[in-house]
Amino acid sequence: MRMLLRHETILALVAVVLLVALAFQSSQFFTGANLLNQGRLMTEVGLVAIIMTFVIITGGIDLSVGSILGLTAILTGVFWQNLGLPLAAAAGLAIAVGTFCGFVNGFVITRFGVPPLIATLATLALYRGLAEGISQARSVRGYPDWFYVLGQGNLFGVPTQLWILIVFAILASVLLATTRIGRSIYAIGANEVAAFFSGLPVNRTKIAVYTASGFAAALAGVIFVSRVSTTRSDMGTGLELDAITAVVLGGTSIYGGRGSVIGTLIGLVVIQSLKNGLSLAGIKAEGTAVLIGLMLIGAILMTTALNRRRA
Amino acid sequence: MAAVQTSISVSAHKVQRPRPLFARLMSDYGQECVIIAAILLLFVAVGLYNPRFLSASNLNTIFAGNAYIAVAAIGMSMVIITGHIDVSIGALIGVLATISGTLAVSGYPVWMAWGAPILLGMAANFVVGWLVAYARIPSIVVTLGMMSILRGGLISVTGGTWISGLPKAFMIAQWKPFGLPFPIIAMVVLTLIAAWWMRNFPFGRSLYAVGGNPEAAKATGLSSERRVLAVFVIHGAFAGIATILFATQLQVIQSTVPPNLELTVITAAVIGGVSILGGSGTVIGSTLAAILFAAIGSALIFVNVSAYWLRAVIGGLILITVLADMIRRRPKT
Repeated sequence: MRMLLRHETILALVAVVLLVALAFQSSQFFTGANLLNQGRLMTEVGLVAIIMTFVIITGGIDLSVGSILGLTAILTGVFWQNLGLPLAAAAGLAIAVGTFCGFVNGFVITRFGVPPLIATLATLALYRGLAEGISQARSVRGYPDWFYVLGQGNLFGVPTQLWILIVFAILASVLLATTRIGRSIYAIGANEVAAFFSGLPVNRTKIAVYTASGFAAALAGVIFVSRVSTTRSDMGTGLELDAITAVVLGGTSIYGGRGSVIGTLIGLVVIQSLKNGLSLAGIKAEGTAVLIGLMLIGAILMTTALNRRRA
Repeated sequence: MAAVQTSISVSAHKVQRPRPLFARLMSDYGQECVIIAAILLLFVAVGLYNPRFLSASNLNTIFAGNAYIAVAAIGMSMVIITGHIDVSIGALIGVLATISGTLAVSGYPVWMAWGAPILLGMAANFVVGWLVAYARIPSIVVTLGMMSILRGGLISVTGGTWISGLPKAFMIAQWKPFGLPFPIIAMVVLTLIAAWWMRNFPFGRSLYAVGGNPEAAKATGLSSERRVLAVFVIHGAFAGIATILFATQLQVIQSTVPPNLELTVITAAVIGGVSILGGSGTVIGSTLAAILFAAIGSALIFVNVSAYWLRAVIGGLILITVLADMIRRRPKT
């Protein structure tokens, strides 16, 4: 536990140093408008990464989140435009489908014993394929104005979706740190067999976690549509990488059993400020992908080295 | 008897004992037989619906055009058999193809343009294999990171431009020795060599031990670290060969990452009977599965189904195969 805090403290220090450095490096970085805008851009990955923390703590992984996001986005448009549903109902229904996709992941993983990596790799293809097949590369635009409040509007001067992220993060931290469900998530990740024989509902908890992951990705999908005002079937490609990087950078063990939501949030801030700082410095998005990949491997190398020294 | 053996030897490379031939085939190559049946069924059904599916040019597209996927799937199968995975293969092939093409158009000798992707593929996967085997980072994390690094690096260096004006001598995929397209020959020969090696050589066989039960492998004195590292390096070599076949089939190379290539390669390995839990499977199956996929992709077009559904079909296929694999194993364990 002390180790965990130390990792997060180190990371928080890194984040602060990074923010200060970026503030000196570009006068545009440390402005209220820019920071709030970064928060806006961070929300979709953030929602997914928070639940990804749960998934990884149980010792699993969910690679299908980007595809669920894309499928939800497409379905929102299709339900609204082709089925003529009211937009709110269309978005709600699309989120329900996305949540169900998460449930399917959990079901396949628990009932059939398929390794989460393979199960979600398969559904990554399946859900993205469904999104492509349903959309036939057509995009849906022209949503009513009220819908854009979600992704482009402000509430009390702060981007609407940032409020959602904050509420989501607080609920998730409380759930993970203080409730029985949270404790059983840690127990399952630390030793699944022991958790089972202690009478914990292992399968039900895991299904719930993957379902929640589907829900988070679906919610992120609707917010994404509202933010960019259109739906495309390739939305959210590579989202899983960003989310996993944030989680792992945040000190959550990829082997399960350890981790925290607050660490993931700090990880997110580090990644987002790096992306933003680099783009202000004129480096393209692809360049930051290289950095994210290096950070992902580096973060795990660091934690395994630290753990080995402790052991 | 000799006649029977030659007719069978196309599907099973080594059948010496004549007696329990069919039983042996089914027990050793059950998944392979199922895939052959599926391929034949698909060809007959789609051929009846639309005879143009069986035209020589379409068959050439299916077999020669997708041989590189089968070659890449050989290495991937070995990686999965040892209990690991590599999601960076698509990005790696994209990077290697760009390097190879750039060398070819810059006037370097052709052997260098062919040799570079193989050596660099081995070097890149040496790093991956070392991180997986010795630094003990899960292969999914290493290769996810690697994918991001390679893909991002490629686009930021090249901007996704097209490489054209490739010299004629470079285009090895367009060779037709003995009237057969070179990619098909390469695919068949490499598959048979790899299958033979994995079945009959101690090192090849030990890969199954490492993937099937790492603890037991260690207890019997097999160093799983060395084998995992070796498998990743071999996988890199196959990726390099796949790159050559891929890069030389068209007159231009687009310096981006071929979309979803990693998924197709992994799927071929998994559907070909390589168990996702490690420890079993053959590369003959993965090659057959790669052909099956290519045929499905082509068939969709010939039966007038939008190609946009292809990925959903592939995803559904992986899911079904994986579930079948798990159900089949359940009663035994």
